Amino acid sequence: MAMQFYASPEQVQRDRSEYARKGIARGRSAVVLTYEGGILLVAENITTLRKISEIYDKIAFAAVGRYNEFEALRRGGVRMADMVGLSYDRRDVTARALANTYTQTLGAIFSETQKPYEVEICVAQVGATPEADELYRITYDGSVMDEPGFMAMGGQAEAIATVLRDRHDATAELTVALALASEALGSVGGENGQARQLTDKQLEVAVLDRRRPGRAFRRLTGAALTTLLGHESVSDADLGEVDAAPPAPSEGKPTESAASETAEGTEK
Amino acid sequence: MATGFDPSGRLPDFFTSTGTSSFTQFLSQAAPELLPGRRPLPPGLSADIAPHGTTIVAIATADGVVMAGDRRATMGNLIASRDIKKVHPADAYSLIGIAGTAGIGIELIRLFQVELEHYEKIEGAMLSLDGKANRLAAMVRGNLGAAMQGLAVVPLFAGFDLAPAEGVGPGRIWSFDVAGGLYEETGYEAIGSGSLFAKSALKKRYRAGVSTEDAINLAVEALYDAADDDTATGGPDVIRKIYPVVMTATANGTHRLSDEEITTVAERVVAGRHENPGG
Repeated sequence: MAMQFYASPEQVQRDRSEYARKGIARGRSAVVLTYEGGILLVAENITTLRKISEIYDKIAFAAVGRYNEFEALRRGGVRMADMVGLSYDRRDVTARALANTYTQTLGAIFSETQKPYEVEICVAQVGATPEADELYRITYDGSVMDEPGFMAMGGQAEAIATVLRDRHDATAELTVALALASEALGSVGGENGQARQLTDKQLEVAVLDRRRPGRAFRRLTGAALTTLLGHESVSDADLGEVDAAPPAPSEGKPTESAASETAEGTEK
Repeated sequence: MATGFDPSGRLPDFFTSTGTSSFTQFLSQAAPELLPGRRPLPPGLSADIAPHGTTIVAIATADGVVMAGDRRATMGNLIASRDIKKVHPADAYSLIGIAGTAGIGIELIRLFQVELEHYEKIEGAMLSLDGKANRLAAMVRGNLGAAMQGLAVVPLFAGFDLAPAEGVGPGRIWSFDVAGGLYEETGYEAIGSGSLFAKSALKKRYRAGVSTEDAINLAVEALYDAADDDTATGGPDVIRKIYPVVMTATANGTHRLSDEEITTVAERVVAGRHENPGG
């Protein structure tokens, strides 16, 4: 029989933690912070695969780390939120319940499976005032922290958080908050420790708009984002829609299914 | 904790699996009892156990669509409700109205609203208008068993097409049958017990490319005509100030006419009928 090497539980946990931390540190970072008009979520992201998305009316999700892993968690969160909202009421979907579920799920994965998830996620819920906003950070091992108005995740999160800690102001305008977020993300990763200037192409930006009734999540893209990055404000109406438009009809292919075409051919 | 959750508080596997982007399909796994089509029904006809909603009209305009519904729900010869709302937004650019068993219809609307929003959130993009109509047809089909026992519900779906194919107007309307049949309509459509009269009224008055404002008038007139000849359809109630629910879907999204707006229109229609009861 082959010899089993003994590894202490502490050692196993440490190894897993280190593995997860290394995986997370490889990726680009994201920051979440409150401002006067809501919560701003900014991720450094040059791809079209999203790190920030809507979960429910007042709740958004941001993540760093392995895409397939946090995408599965995001889907789970959307499904849970929609199911609770349908069974009870839309007001009964809360970030705290969602954070609880995520911490149980990630905790179980960390202690019971060979490979922990290499993710760090943020569940944000916008309230009526900046004091009522909730930010939860959930890490790979299932620990959860209630953050005080701002947080940074991903590689070199500490350095980014330092910039935020010094200058974060919950009563700041959106342009000021966005400038701070972009500066904080650009403060690391430059050559020889130099700060980088991030452009709209490198940033994925969304807000949870405090004043908007119903679905508060808005993705900032294109002209609105460029204007905001240029320190100019944008009217609420131009803040962008919930998400992208539907696919355009393709050339040469019928947009209706064969079934509906048959049905239309018959006399009703 | 809602149904379908693991007692440990973790997300069960089927929550985080890739699965589909459809909420109803997910529910069929996670909590099938939340789907209306899955409930066992006692044998026999149950048509008269619950209130029925009646007439809905939809009109395609130059800028989108207008949908209006009367406010009455009936149970046999009784009026079950004077102020039921049977026209609702399905999402930011489409509208849904229901006729038939009110309870199942309202549940269908709720589920359809979540279905569309769920897809939007999971995929990060809206369904095409045709996709939404097909999805609704599948949900109506799921209710066929109940429909055959008298609990039928038929929706009317209309919306502003953000990405229309060539030659298709921005406003599009679909009607359905209880078996889940899906029919795209041109110009206008009505469903429910008073639909025969509403459609006859619209046939004479509707012109393609009508403005939204005129279409709102047409819709309220058509509902008046339906109420005139069908006991299950409620006319404008000037005593209680209960007027039809009128919604529009245009490039600016969906909009429900405010109480002041609809009062002005309805009172004008009623005043016109003082002169000429036939409209």
